[in-house]
Amino acid sequence: MRHLMSPLDFTVEELDKLFDLANDIEKNPSKYAHSCDGKTLATCFYEPSTRTRLSFEAAMINLGGSVLGFSSANASSAAKGESVSDTIRTISCYSDICAMRHPKEGAPMVAAAKSGIPVINAGDGGHQHPTQTLTDLLTIRSLKGRLNNFTIGLCGDLKFGRTVHSLINALIRYDNISFIFISPEELRIPDYITEKLKELNIPYEEVIRLEDVMPNLDLLYMTRVQRERFFNEEDYIRLKDFYILNKDKMALAKDDMLVLHPLPRVNEISVEVDDDPRAAYFRQVQYGVYVRMALILTLLEIEV
Amino acid sequence: MLNIGKIEEGFVLDHIKAGKSLSIYHHLQLDQKDCTVAIIKNAKSNKMGKKDILKVECDISQLDMDVLAVIDHDITINVIQGGEIVAKQELSLPKEVRDIYKCKNPRCITSIEQELPHIFCLSDEAKGLYRCKYCEEKCTDVIGDSFLFR
Repeated sequence: MRHLMSPLDFTVEELDKLFDLANDIEKNPSKYAHSCDGKTLATCFYEPSTRTRLSFEAAMINLGGSVLGFSSANASSAAKGESVSDTIRTISCYSDICAMRHPKEGAPMVAAAKSGIPVINAGDGGHQHPTQTLTDLLTIRSLKGRLNNFTIGLCGDLKFGRTVHSLINALIRYDNISFIFISPEELRIPDYITEKLKELNIPYEEVIRLEDVMPNLDLLYMTRVQRERFFNEEDYIRLKDFYILNKDKMALAKDDMLVLHPLPRVNEISVEVDDDPRAAYFRQVQYGVYVRMALILTLLEIEV
Repeated sequence: MLNIGKIEEGFVLDHIKAGKSLSIYHHLQLDQKDCTVAIIKNAKSNKMGKKDILKVECDISQLDMDVLAVIDHDITINVIQGGEIVAKQELSLPKEVRDIYKCKNPRCITSIEQELPHIFCLSDEAKGLYRCKYCEEKCTDVIGDSFLFR
């Protein structure tokens, strides 16, 4: 039995297989419509989430399975002090696979160690969010046709953004990727990541102005500056509007550049960009469902 | 000056930082062994000023000595047979340590689930860097300063 705790749990070859399956699901959804008949997904969400939880639920429903779970710690026995280990042992009796989000880092790993069913980490604090990374990789591979040979700009909160750290770790396994980190001084990419890139001889640069590098990018990954990461409201207010991607900046970019964003956005991408064919963030949401469908099938070892 | 006699079979841990011998006694789980142990605190040392020494009369292979590498690199292990030092054992960093370090990340699951063991995995052997198995937080403990007390 396998679990998914980190995007690096899968080898590059296993990811290729997963993405091939996701692309086949995209082309032939009806072929998979009953592949999980009689199976149940438990969504154990100890903190609120719209996109991830609904994406998992949509994925299981699209496969013909059913869904149960809770969407906040208050709605579960955690409120009575039940441990994650006890909860997963119970949930294992009700369902075939579990997606767990928890504000504490490592909670899904604790669950996986005691679980009788596959556990998917659906986000553990600021630590990992592997299905977002799988979504990002599938989106890039599907729309660009490759996961190598490109320059990717990552823009915004590069200090606290777990999706950014996770994506970098996943991309460095592919050939000829160069990174451009675009952030204000206060939200720079952590040293341990740039040290790793140096060790591996992977080219990167750090800049402050987005306009300066737009023409060089094959991909632009925008992120939100998250209010909950700041202790000081003034700093948040000052930094939240640091980058706003608008039509003028898009005019500087290549015709085939793609803009990705893990969503939700606040105002870092102006709505006027939404209709630009290079804006891929809503297609990315759709790929999130396909990749979760492929993941559920893979972890349940169901072949169609 | 206090005198403790020679041991015939066993081992001597020498050059322990003064005051740390009791902690090592617990980490080696010597409290659970039925063997003779002498704990010498604050012995005079030319090299260290003062030091602790542990003399243990039991077969060294019965104990997990790897933990010593994490606690204090400078400890010397003398293996004794027939009352003589027959070998000096090298210390190597264990791949995983359990309940030696305490994870200080307030966002880690170990911060709320008290019964979980605090497990750290060796992530960089050259730097002797350990990371929490659950949250991957770097261990920033100064060796010997904030161990969990068994």
